[in-house]
Amino acid sequence: MKTREDDFNIRSKPLKEMSDAELKEYFYKLTKIVLNPIYNQTQNYTSKSIERSVLLRMGFSSLEAQKIVDVLNEHDLLPHGAGHCVFHVASINGIDIKDAGTLVIEGKYIDDIKEALKE
Amino acid sequence: MILKPNEKLDIHYILKDLESYRPNKRGWVWRKQGQQNIGKFSYAQASPSLKKSIPLQAASYLGDIDPQPDAVITAEIASGRFEDDIRRMRMAAYHGADHIMVIRTAGQSHFDGLLEGTPQGVGGIPITRKQLRAQRKALDYIEEEVGRPINYHSYVSGVAGPEIAVLFNEEGINGAHQDPQYNILYRNINMVRSFVDAAESKCVMAHANIAQIDGAHNANATARDAWKVMPELLVQHAINSVFSEMVGIKPENICLSSVPPAAPPSPDLKLNLPYAVALREFFDKYKIRAQMNTKYMDSSTREATVTHVLNLLISRLTSADIQSTITPDEGRNVPWHIYNIEALDTAKQAMVGMDDLLSMVGIKDTGYIYEKKREIQERAVLMLEEMIELGGYYEAVEAGMFVDSGEYPERHGDGIKRTIDGGIGAGSVIKRANNYMAPVTAHFGYNNMAQYGEEYVSNPSKLIDGCTFEKPDKIQFIDELDETDNVYLRLEETEKYRNTNLIKPEVEWLADGVVTVDLFFPVESRVAQEAALETGRKMNLSDVEVIHKEVLHPSEGTRVQIKGRVSFDIDVSKLTIPEEVKTLSEEDIFDYVKKHPLKVIAGTGGNDEHSVGIREVLDIKHGGIEKYGITYTYLGTSVPIDKFVDAAIEMNADAILMSTIISHDDTHYKNMKKLHDYAVEKGVRDKIILIAGGTQVSPEIARKHHVDQGFGRGTKGLHIASFLVERHKEMIK
Repeated sequence: MKTREDDFNIRSKPLKEMSDAELKEYFYKLTKIVLNPIYNQTQNYTSKSIERSVLLRMGFSSLEAQKIVDVLNEHDLLPHGAGHCVFHVASINGIDIKDAGTLVIEGKYIDDIKEALKE
Repeated sequence: MILKPNEKLDIHYILKDLESYRPNKRGWVWRKQGQQNIGKFSYAQASPSLKKSIPLQAASYLGDIDPQPDAVITAEIASGRFEDDIRRMRMAAYHGADHIMVIRTAGQSHFDGLLEGTPQGVGGIPITRKQLRAQRKALDYIEEEVGRPINYHSYVSGVAGPEIAVLFNEEGINGAHQDPQYNILYRNINMVRSFVDAAESKCVMAHANIAQIDGAHNANATARDAWKVMPELLVQHAINSVFSEMVGIKPENICLSSVPPAAPPSPDLKLNLPYAVALREFFDKYKIRAQMNTKYMDSSTREATVTHVLNLLISRLTSADIQSTITPDEGRNVPWHIYNIEALDTAKQAMVGMDDLLSMVGIKDTGYIYEKKREIQERAVLMLEEMIELGGYYEAVEAGMFVDSGEYPERHGDGIKRTIDGGIGAGSVIKRANNYMAPVTAHFGYNNMAQYGEEYVSNPSKLIDGCTFEKPDKIQFIDELDETDNVYLRLEETEKYRNTNLIKPEVEWLADGVVTVDLFFPVESRVAQEAALETGRKMNLSDVEVIHKEVLHPSEGTRVQIKGRVSFDIDVSKLTIPEEVKTLSEEDIFDYVKKHPLKVIAGTGGNDEHSVGIREVLDIKHGGIEKYGITYTYLGTSVPIDKFVDAAIEMNADAILMSTIISHDDTHYKNMKKLHDYAVEKGVRDKIILIAGGTQVSPEIARKHHVDQGFGRGTKGLHIASFLVERHKEMIK
């Protein structure tokens, strides 16, 4: 920011009217205004780390999660969810989640996932 | 396994069967708080005493009480070797820590994924599943031993935050730092990515009931004039706390990391107290984690300790739910064992000492403190107003609004600038498609479970028959990935010092051999420094370094502390270890002497004029036996041996205390035998307790010379009184 002298006395004039409780309420109102757009954004985005954290919860090791996410990311499939893709491979083959993950790591069924999940 | 105070914790046992170990408990635990009546005192801001603990030294005068304050007390322990840290954690728990925080190794926050195994760290430890599980397992045993739950804590930050949060949830970690602003400002991780990841991390932490600590305190460690950043600190706390609450963390698990920003020689309380009040007033629904100041620490452990005690005064004048401790040596090295313990004792001592302070003094709500507090709050509000004017948080960070050295709204133009599309992980967030789905528990944000059936909307992991949060058996445990860097190799290197006769001095790692030497030289600082290094080398220390220097006078003298390594081992089987002198409690002695008045004849024997020692163990002023109601007749110095016995018969005394310092030609032991022989000759040996004491007296050898007991160097009145009572009990049986 540009250098600025301390103009607190001028800026704070409108705040002087407020009681302590009102000032606190105003502080939180402003905080929420700052945070609302960020909160809304975070609900609709994911990241490789989030997807790996989903795979960990599904029972994969950190090494497997890393590989699965890298393969799916390469094929631009993360918008559907890494867990979703693995679940899909498990469902169509009637196998368990862990085995499905191994297939994804080997690069198998990528086209099937694409076809089923691409919107 | 049940830990016993007289047995070491077995690291091999901790590492055994880790793949199937599950933590005893989950979630954060606060201390039970409330009035405690302990010994002769009543404490208002306290929690129940521990089953096992080490009290403050002064407690030996007060019935060995060890009152525990109300706040959870933190020790930060991370030496680079987690296996050595476990021993320190146990020591810390005995000194009152119930929150063990583990600092991560340098660089882990930029590692894209989880680390595995047990590599050695730098300035902290690599946080891995194995390391967490081993330490949590050890703490499960330690908390059982001391009788109070211990919270275990590390960091959910960096580019792998969500994975670490899941790991912490699975491994029963109880507390964690999580604050996207820390990533953005201090780790240069892209801001959008930081918030997207933070939302997921916080959601996972909320599910595990993990207490969250924010990262705002880093601003005053970074800013040039730490106290000027106070308005911004309120803003940073608000951004993380409110965002956390929006995501789902309960307010009582949201802890604000607050450091008094200033330290002496600035007028500490005048700057810090209004800020502490402003903060607690605005954030009264959250918890305060009171941290100690690190910004103005240098090498003086004494100076750091005084600053920290002033910080503790602020905690007591306002509030602290978690009282963190900073080791007084943090300004000079990665904390050593002894300083972790000193810091814990400083916190316990000061908090217990200032118990119930606010029932006696209050903070004014007028004048300077009120005006200053209000000013800080208004400045924070103005900062938020300008952030909104600029377009929001991201834009404000882009403009360099944060960690500017001017006190807002003053700006010096030196704030930290990050761009919305810059930093590590820029452009790495991915928009979720309409059919985005994650079949797991505690997943944040949009999750289209309905496409597989409405029943999965409220319970996504049902789709895969439960995730690791419901079924821990699904967790994959990786043991070691690096054959050249792991705990087994490190243990092998030091195995000869584990449960053998060999020991070495240490400061952080088993048998590291490091010692410190405290020196004074009557010369100026630069000369003293070189003289100190040369002293270390002449003492055969290796890796000698100066760790502290203090000028006492520019020409009259300088104090220098050095550290260095010794190369020898100590074989404990070759040491002559004096036997342990048993003592009774003061109360027991008082009670016994009241019922059985004890009379003693005392003096220095033969041709011995050294009377200082015996006066110390006799006189009430020095805590001598007189204190317990034992009466004595002092015959003076150079008392002939037979005179002791004659006087004892005449006065009907229960015991003779003969001081015998001169040891030339075993005079002292010969006098003991003489005393015994004469008592036998007079037919009173079985009625009179014979005690001999002196700096060169060994208890075993004294007994061989037929006295009932001998007392050597360091003897106190309590030791003699305890022995007199015990022996007297046997005699009248």
